[in-house]
Amino acid sequence: MKTLLHIRREWLLLAISACIALAVGLRAPVFLTWRNALDIANDSAILAILVMGQMLVLLTRGIDLSVASNLALTGMACALLGKAFPGVSIVVLIALALAVGALLGGLNGWLITGFDLPPIVVTLGTLSAYRGAIFVASKGAWISDQDIHLAIKGLPRAVWLGLPALVWFALLVLALAAIFLTLRKTGREIYALGGNPHAATYVGIPVQKRLRLVYTLSGALAGLAGLLWVGRYSIAYTELAAGYELTVVAACVIGGVSIGGGVGTVLGAALGVLFIGVVNGALPVIQVSPFWQQAISGAVILVSVALNARSERRSGRQILERQGAAA
Amino acid sequence: MKAWNTWERVLLGLLVLLMVVFGISQPGFLSADTLADSTFNFSEKGLLALAIALLIVCGEIDLSIAAILALCSLAMGYSMRAGAGPGLIVLAALVTGCVAGAVNGVLVTRYKLPSIVVTIGTLSLYRGLALVALGDQSISGYPELFSTLGNAYLGEVIGQRWLVLPIEFVLLMVCAVAVGLFLHRTVVGRRIYAIGANPVAARFSGIEADRYRFLLFVFAGLMAALAAILLTGRIGSTRPNIAMGWELDAITMVILGGVAIEGGRGSIVGTMLAVLLLGLFTFGMGMANVTGIVMSMVIGLLLIVSMVLPRLLQRRPARA
Repeated sequence: MKTLLHIRREWLLLAISACIALAVGLRAPVFLTWRNALDIANDSAILAILVMGQMLVLLTRGIDLSVASNLALTGMACALLGKAFPGVSIVVLIALALAVGALLGGLNGWLITGFDLPPIVVTLGTLSAYRGAIFVASKGAWISDQDIHLAIKGLPRAVWLGLPALVWFALLVLALAAIFLTLRKTGREIYALGGNPHAATYVGIPVQKRLRLVYTLSGALAGLAGLLWVGRYSIAYTELAAGYELTVVAACVIGGVSIGGGVGTVLGAALGVLFIGVVNGALPVIQVSPFWQQAISGAVILVSVALNARSERRSGRQILERQGAAA
Repeated sequence: MKAWNTWERVLLGLLVLLMVVFGISQPGFLSADTLADSTFNFSEKGLLALAIALLIVCGEIDLSIAAILALCSLAMGYSMRAGAGPGLIVLAALVTGCVAGAVNGVLVTRYKLPSIVVTIGTLSLYRGLALVALGDQSISGYPELFSTLGNAYLGEVIGQRWLVLPIEFVLLMVCAVAVGLFLHRTVVGRRIYAIGANPVAARFSGIEADRYRFLLFVFAGLMAALAAILLTGRIGSTRPNIAMGWELDAITMVILGGVAIEGGRGSIVGTMLAVLLLGLFTFGMGMANVTGIVMSMVIGLLLIVSMVLPRLLQRRPARA
């Protein structure tokens, strides 16, 4: 057990995912085909985009529970705009998605830093508020396949250089996040302020500004994911992606991002997404009820946090650290 | 740590305001029958809120509480199918709740894991197990007793027609008084505040913090079981998505009730006032034909405003 824990957890997670894939592949060879791999990648792409945003927030000891509502609201905004102006180009739609998402995320950040409120409560509030706003914006109506703008539907289905566009988007976001977090000063500051908010303040990191940045980025990524989600499933309605925020947090936790802040890598989080993707993809193939998926991911969360806890045990155990301590 | 403070007064004021506004705009709102009717909407959620309030005061949280409710309802269904009588069905729910809560408690105290992560995990696990067991099926046909428990009025049962108090609401009130006395009037309740305010200092002063945390998680399971018995009886069936998302509603009630999410502050009086406020508000909006989703938006906004306002008010004198 001890030697097992000395291996980097990223490799462990990759090995477990690979073992599951191989084991399922032995029973059903169709699982190990390129086509199936593409399917899993396609299914995981949106989750990967959301996870990058959530990881930034978790690194600062916060949490963003409003991502799924933000995704649905932005998706609805794009669908409504596409319906009203059939001539609008995809570039405008992507810009709109990023802007609306960033605005909603920025509002979270402003409430959290401006009034010194705990992130979990603020985003719990905006989770319901944004969800209700979708109903108000759409008057409760569904926007179904024939009313979704062609460019929105076309984007996730496009294939560039042999890979689906969704996967390219996810890879781009992953690459940018990796560069941001490892090579940029701002990115390192996010780790620093998550690791020790007091020390971060003393060394002159603008904590409030970074927090606002993190929530805005999380919102912008949720907005992008909203556009892609609406395009992929070509539908927009009030309950879209309801409850998905917990899957996003779960992927982060499985990927080794610590809820206590300051710990987590892009590679780890991406493998967390891959793991969920492989499990979700494998269950129907081996004819296990898809209802098992939720129970399995719950069990995996518990096991992976238990493993994490051995390496990084913290003394303070509040639900979420007081944000005020950082100021 | 007082049970009656500024925030509780604000809540009571809001509650009176709400009664007046709805009383004028919705004819019939202020009749005893309507008010009694409205309590069905929030009695089960109120039970969950009581347990969550204790946990949050202690610096922990339980997001899995509604999923435990689903598991307990499932246990009731299976024990009924196995031919158990009402007593055994109740016992099955209570035992399931305790075990599920104890699992949370062990993971949090023994393995020193943050409760928010543990209960996100067990939320998926418990809800997932309910889904696996039932799929898209449902269980119904519970004994008459449960339907009475969930739907009847106390007055009908004891033969006093004028007493229009639903049994559910009476149970909620009894639990609220018990939990309130426990938290505000006993040494153990005091210690829960101490643990929430400063876990390290509490441990150094000789409080067995982990034992209290564990018991509070078990208590949350127990409350979820009680809510499961009432809810299953009221709607007469068990479905895997029973009480889906209620954990967030219950937490909203607790936060609105003035319990600080960081732990160590808050009261049961405030929590119960917030339960009443949100419950009556939802019911009144329902009478005014407002859709559920718009109501949840208003509640979300209310939650944010209720936190922003006190801070704005505090800030103003400092600037002047």
